[in-house]
Amino acid sequence: MILYFLTLVLFVMGVYCLIAKKNIVKKIIGLVIIDYAINLFIILIGYRRDGVAPILFKDMPMEEFARHSVDPLPQALVLTSIVIGLGVLALQVAICLRLYEKYKTFNMSEINRLKG
Amino acid sequence: MESFLLILLIFMIVGSIIAIETKNLLSSVISCGVVGFSVSIAFLMLGAPDIAITQVVVEILILVVLIRATITIDNTSIEEHWDTFAVVSSLIFFGLFLVFAFLAVKDLPPFGEPSMRVSQQYLETALQKTGAANVVTSIILDFRGYDTLGEATVLFTSIVGAFVILRRRGRKQRSAADTEKVGILTEEEIKEEYEEFRE
Amino acid sequence: MATKPDIMISDGPKGMTPIVKTVVRFAMGIIFMFGWYIILYGHLTPGGGFAGGVILACGYVILTLAFGKELGLRKLSDMGASIIDNTAALLFAVVPMFGFLFGWYFLNFLDKGRPFQLFSAGNIPLYNIFIGFKVTASLFAIFMALSIFGRFVSKLVDEEEEG
Repeated sequence: MILYFLTLVLFVMGVYCLIAKKNIVKKIIGLVIIDYAINLFIILIGYRRDGVAPILFKDMPMEEFARHSVDPLPQALVLTSIVIGLGVLALQVAICLRLYEKYKTFNMSEINRLKG
Repeated sequence: MESFLLILLIFMIVGSIIAIETKNLLSSVISCGVVGFSVSIAFLMLGAPDIAITQVVVEILILVVLIRATITIDNTSIEEHWDTFAVVSSLIFFGLFLVFAFLAVKDLPPFGEPSMRVSQQYLETALQKTGAANVVTSIILDFRGYDTLGEATVLFTSIVGAFVILRRRGRKQRSAADTEKVGILTEEEIKEEYEEFRE
Repeated sequence: MATKPDIMISDGPKGMTPIVKTVVRFAMGIIFMFGWYIILYGHLTPGGGFAGGVILACGYVILTLAFGKELGLRKLSDMGASIIDNTAALLFAVVPMFGFLFGWYFLNFLDKGRPFQLFSAGNIPLYNIFIGFKVTASLFAIFMALSIFGRFVSKLVDEEEEG
């Protein structure tokens, strides 16, 4: 309960960084923090108390494994989402480099002024 | 267990505050790395070793890309004037968001007792149906293969988009730009470009 | 991935200091072996194509950072990376189509074998290998494009401003 709420606080930190900061690299860092918070939130929902990882070993009885394992479905969704996050970060950095090439600065308000 | 996760989450929030508020960009990126490695430890505590491995490696690559591609080009810290409207409006919005989130979180299943309707089926039958011991792998590559195909497409699209943005010539010389190789230059090509610019 | 000893031994002026080069030379084989282990045993132990692919991409990145971009491009050129990327993505979309011969898309049609063996679980190790190749090639290509090309753009801009 309080864990869920703290994860949402981490999400809000990321959104605040995205809105209020002027540096583009800071904005990218805010997006990365949002990514972490959402992944952690999804994994927290699927946790079972005193659970084991959803990986079978040879001498493990099947019924006991099915009763004690944590939820494997959120893990499967988050696993791909992390790598997608890396690809999207590369796209953001590429846009950032293009902006730097055109305006020679990372400052967002400066870019707005130069554009108008 | 829960208290350890609580301490870890508070540590993450402190790290994110430092990453947001510090002036130096390099220390900001490194504080972001603190948050990422703490997330990885939390995944390991929550019974998800697959994601913990992936998170560690991806975090290293994020740090390398951010430092190498952006910080080393321009590390000047920006003098920010206090933008009252953005800060106040965002704070009001986040206060409202957190209040409603606090009300909504009560309706979720409590921590430690997930509602596993589909997943229970997967756990019981994954070994007979697919023969893979790792249930997570059997889900992403067999039961939900369409999902992984879509995610691979998204990764491919984002990489292609980054290459298109980093194309060498702009819109002016479109016909020349289409015939040129996109992206990485060899040493000789860089020297040729320098020679052209010197002239 | 065949290493040429003359490049790896020579401590040229490119890249980082000899300390870093020596450590990278020792760690290189272990990193690649670990990445391939993570990919190939993805259906038995924690890991899989995504994690192992990112580990292999990290191996190429550390090679590039320590020895300079010539060595990194010689190990895996940009054109080779894009070809591997496209081929692996295409195979990951086409190989499940053979499942139509026996039933439906993404059908696990190969022999499942005995559980807990390396050659088991039908198609899953095959898909893991495809995804590993794809993630390695795409992440390494994007790193090379961002670091080398982005750096070159900023230098060009400075020069244009001065001259």
